[in-house]
Amino acid sequence: MEKFEPVAANGLLDRRAFLRGSTALAAAVTGYTLTKAASAEPLADAPWSREIGSATPSVQTPSRFEKPVVRTLSNPNNEPRNSHARTPHQLLQGTVTPASLHFTINHGGIPDIDPGQHKLVIHGMVRQPIVFTVESLSRYPMVSRMAFVECGGNSAPMFSPEPIQATAQALHGLVSSSEWTGVPLAVLLDEAGVDPKAKWFVAEGADSPALSRSIPLKKGLDDAMVALYQNGERLMPGNGYPMRLLLPGYEGNMNVKFLRRIKLIDQPAMSYYESRTYSQLLPGGKAYRFYFLQEVKSFITHPSFGHALKGPGFYEISGVAYSGTGRIAKVLVSADGGKSWGEAALQEPVLPKAFTRFRMPWRWDGRPVILQSRAWDEAGNVQPLRAEFVAQRGETKKPPNPLAFPNQHYNSLTSWAVDAKGEVKHVYA
Amino acid sequence: MSMLRPAALLALVLGSGAAMAQSPGLGAKITEADIAPWDISILPDGTGLPAGSGTAAQGAPIFAAKCAMCHGEGAKGTPAAAALVGAPPLTGGIETTKTIANFWGYSTTAFDFIRRAMPFQAPRSLTNDEVYALVAYLFALNKLIPENEVVNAKTLPLVKMPNRDGFIIRFPERI
Repeated sequence: MEKFEPVAANGLLDRRAFLRGSTALAAAVTGYTLTKAASAEPLADAPWSREIGSATPSVQTPSRFEKPVVRTLSNPNNEPRNSHARTPHQLLQGTVTPASLHFTINHGGIPDIDPGQHKLVIHGMVRQPIVFTVESLSRYPMVSRMAFVECGGNSAPMFSPEPIQATAQALHGLVSSSEWTGVPLAVLLDEAGVDPKAKWFVAEGADSPALSRSIPLKKGLDDAMVALYQNGERLMPGNGYPMRLLLPGYEGNMNVKFLRRIKLIDQPAMSYYESRTYSQLLPGGKAYRFYFLQEVKSFITHPSFGHALKGPGFYEISGVAYSGTGRIAKVLVSADGGKSWGEAALQEPVLPKAFTRFRMPWRWDGRPVILQSRAWDEAGNVQPLRAEFVAQRGETKKPPNPLAFPNQHYNSLTSWAVDAKGEVKHVYA
Repeated sequence: MSMLRPAALLALVLGSGAAMAQSPGLGAKITEADIAPWDISILPDGTGLPAGSGTAAQGAPIFAAKCAMCHGEGAKGTPAAAALVGAPPLTGGIETTKTIANFWGYSTTAFDFIRRAMPFQAPRSLTNDEVYALVAYLFALNKLIPENEVVNAKTLPLVKMPNRDGFIIRFPERI
């Protein structure tokens, strides 16, 4: 039997347990499952195993037992304000967010766009303004890539001076990760012929507020994409059907959905969202403008608030890490509130500007612990500790409404306290 | 070991930049005149502002009829929508409400946003004169312009917003 070396306090085990394969992992697990197995009842055929199952549907939906796996909605009755739907991270695994559970924020409902009539125009400081249809764009050479999209206001409840007792979904549900397929924007810009004096472009949607953002041309010529597909199927309506701008690593609002117009300009338009909403206020009264980047971040999804551990023994700690700068280089996990750390295993493939799943084997001894994760990206950026983050960015005076956005771009740590009963609470540590 | 990373591979496919990109050339030519109905972007220097004008006195009844149901009488706000008048000091905490008067850096943002996105239930239903009048009404309420100022394409970009210099560019190298 292979021996497992603890790598940090409170039962964190050597991550190589996973890299060495299943024999080693089984050794870590069996010590705690044999007792139960010995008292199990004899096996019997269940009713569903003795009858013909249901008819095969044309579009699959999850098992009826998975009904709790849903997005939470801020505005289910479509009142005249924006609508958020948050991804249930604590109920998902891996690195791909199902399209049906991808987060959305819409500022004037979801438009019912007929793809046969939708157009995308590129104009302004170009040699020749041009217009595309979904059909013409669909004939272009396409690229696919994994990319997370995160709202600049994701994790805003973490600005609270006291930890808000809420799930990973409520705290961090405005980030998701998908495979996106579409046409590199650089190809389309080149076809229009960009004037060398152009420095920015406005991207605008076909939704009711004609949502628009100013984006540096530098990003447009780098890795921007006009995305047509999400996880292999056409974009979901709430994610921008029939086409959206994808700016890997940049705040969600800039990834303009229902994309219908791109205008090359020599100065930023100072649209509402860049002027107000996503210019975040700092403690001294100044504000950051043109933040754009979603910086390196991670949070543990398993276990997390709302989960209950069923007694001491083996568990896997896992979560997601991502950085708008590039690949995740390293994730450390602590089970003692940050006093000692062990390095988590990173699920391959580790892709730039996409979710990376980290995993850490853990043998819980039944005593209270505080779990944390901290990520580094390949450029050397590290998730700031909470004390550092708060010193620079501040906190709200009172706990905010968890659905509100008192400030933007939180990327510090998340701490989950497991008590002796196995219940998980949100704490600051 | 020098496997090409996806980004490097894409760079090869596209060449070193847009100038090298290969395009099937399926975009149809269109004139700026035909794009004009969609071209509603206003730049801070006033580029894009249409003909027309308005005053606070003209804006007040339009606001009462089309905006007050959400933004409240006198733009004081309701649970449904934020106040559009007032300027709490930005040193009051990171959750301070960002208003036109205490936060917005450029006057043109107001014309651009009202015309494209308001009223919420009927965006782009206002005439240009109505938008100018609403901007005049809100700016006068916030004492950013005199009560009787005529707001038009020439005067609007000249309005100096109090917080114009209140910003720090987060990542200058990304622009």
